[in-house]
Amino acid sequence: MARSRFVGDAGLTARMTTVMFLLGGLFVVLVVGLSLLVGMRAPGLGVLIGLGGIGVAVYQWANSDKVAMRAMRAREVTPEEAPELHGVIDRLCALADMPKPRVGIADTDVPNAFATGRSPDRAVVCVTTGILGMLTAEEMEGVLAHELSHVAHRDVLVMTVASSAGIAAGMLGQGARFGAFGFFGGRGRGNVGGMPVWLFVLLFSLAVYAVSFVLLRLLSRYRELAADRAGAYLTMRPDALASALTKITGGINQIPQRDLRQVSAASALCIVPAIGGISLKTLTATHPTLEQRLDQLAKIQAELSRPSS
Amino acid sequence: MGLWDTITGRSRPKRANLDALFLVPSAAITLQTAAGLNPTGDGSVCFRAAAGAGFHQTQDEIVALLRGAADAPEVQISTDSYGFTWLQVHRDPDDTGGLCTDLHAVNTTLESEGFGPGLLCSLIPFADPSGRRVGLVYLYKKGTFYPFAPTGEQQRDNLLELQVRDTLRDELPIEPELSGWLALWGAPGL
Repeated sequence: MARSRFVGDAGLTARMTTVMFLLGGLFVVLVVGLSLLVGMRAPGLGVLIGLGGIGVAVYQWANSDKVAMRAMRAREVTPEEAPELHGVIDRLCALADMPKPRVGIADTDVPNAFATGRSPDRAVVCVTTGILGMLTAEEMEGVLAHELSHVAHRDVLVMTVASSAGIAAGMLGQGARFGAFGFFGGRGRGNVGGMPVWLFVLLFSLAVYAVSFVLLRLLSRYRELAADRAGAYLTMRPDALASALTKITGGINQIPQRDLRQVSAASALCIVPAIGGISLKTLTATHPTLEQRLDQLAKIQAELSRPSS
Repeated sequence: MGLWDTITGRSRPKRANLDALFLVPSAAITLQTAAGLNPTGDGSVCFRAAAGAGFHQTQDEIVALLRGAADAPEVQISTDSYGFTWLQVHRDPDDTGGLCTDLHAVNTTLESEGFGPGLLCSLIPFADPSGRRVGLVYLYKKGTFYPFAPTGEQQRDNLLELQVRDTLRDELPIEPELSGWLALWGAPGL
């Protein structure tokens, strides 16, 4: 019987689900907590402001293709203008059986590519002129497959939903700072155990926002890893994506060219960075480290090249 | 993709749908009688070669399998500028049935070794006496056929393509979306 070389990654799925559950839980905590704090004084106000914040997020999601294209100063290109780029995307879409997204090019030297849009039918895949000049055709294909995976996974939608708690908390915090609760919170400022309500709301919102900020970044890194996986399985060339990532990250110097025997004994002990583990940088990065991504791609490569029994 | 797949950021590679290839021999006869288009005896499978030793081993096995038969066809492998591999088979133009069996064997072997998601399309070219060529393309992921008739470097004969579609409408599942009729510039045999 036909067997598949596609191996699911239970660990990644489990971690991602946990983070999403925590984000959802945070939203519940925010709503319940605020309605307890403010609800007695100004029923529905906290919820109203939160809904306003989410409304902004939904608007951003609905117009994400236009907003992102404008932010990057990208323009849409026709198949006549960029036949090779369109050709690669055509084939990848045929391979994945998904609707073809619109294609954009941004005129900047920074090597980058992104995909956005509210649904796979309304998606845009955009690359910069910098990345077009830097990568070979194979590497470009790997990058485009990664971006198409973001489209297929509906990452714009997922991240919008996931960030709702953070956005609502942020809006509430701002509202509290400008004394919105003082105005609407009934007669003057209420007191809860000696402290004004608005201060409670502010601190509470800030705490929720901080937690959701870290969780969101964590989720974003998982989504990147998932897109790497799907892209590598689509093109069947994890090595091409790996070399593209290495080039883009500019970390080409991380893997030394020098012979081990040339390196003196003392410096050989120093190839591991001095500070390891979790730092602020790894906590707040939207993308996983190059090392993590290459690690995963190497595993997929091994799975694909396993000899047939 | 279901809700769960969206949440977990996972897309399963599409499986190829192989069965319809055996409909081609009768469609070839229809094309011959109704449109004057004859099979050229060529046929090719376009797929994405996976990196690594496992795929090479499978590919070698396929070639050995095809060449080992008593009435072995000519087999050739080439790579195009998009990084896709074309495995070409050539037989006597009258033996469309044998050709389709060969193509089907290539596909089933690739699929049974786990490379089914890498299959892009199969192509069976036809030509009429005046030299016009049209290829019948089978898209695995959709399970549909469409005609592709290149006339130059980047030009295609849409009229002939539509004519072929109308001729074969009752015999083959034809891709209904015209935007899905992807060009295959420089495909072998066309």
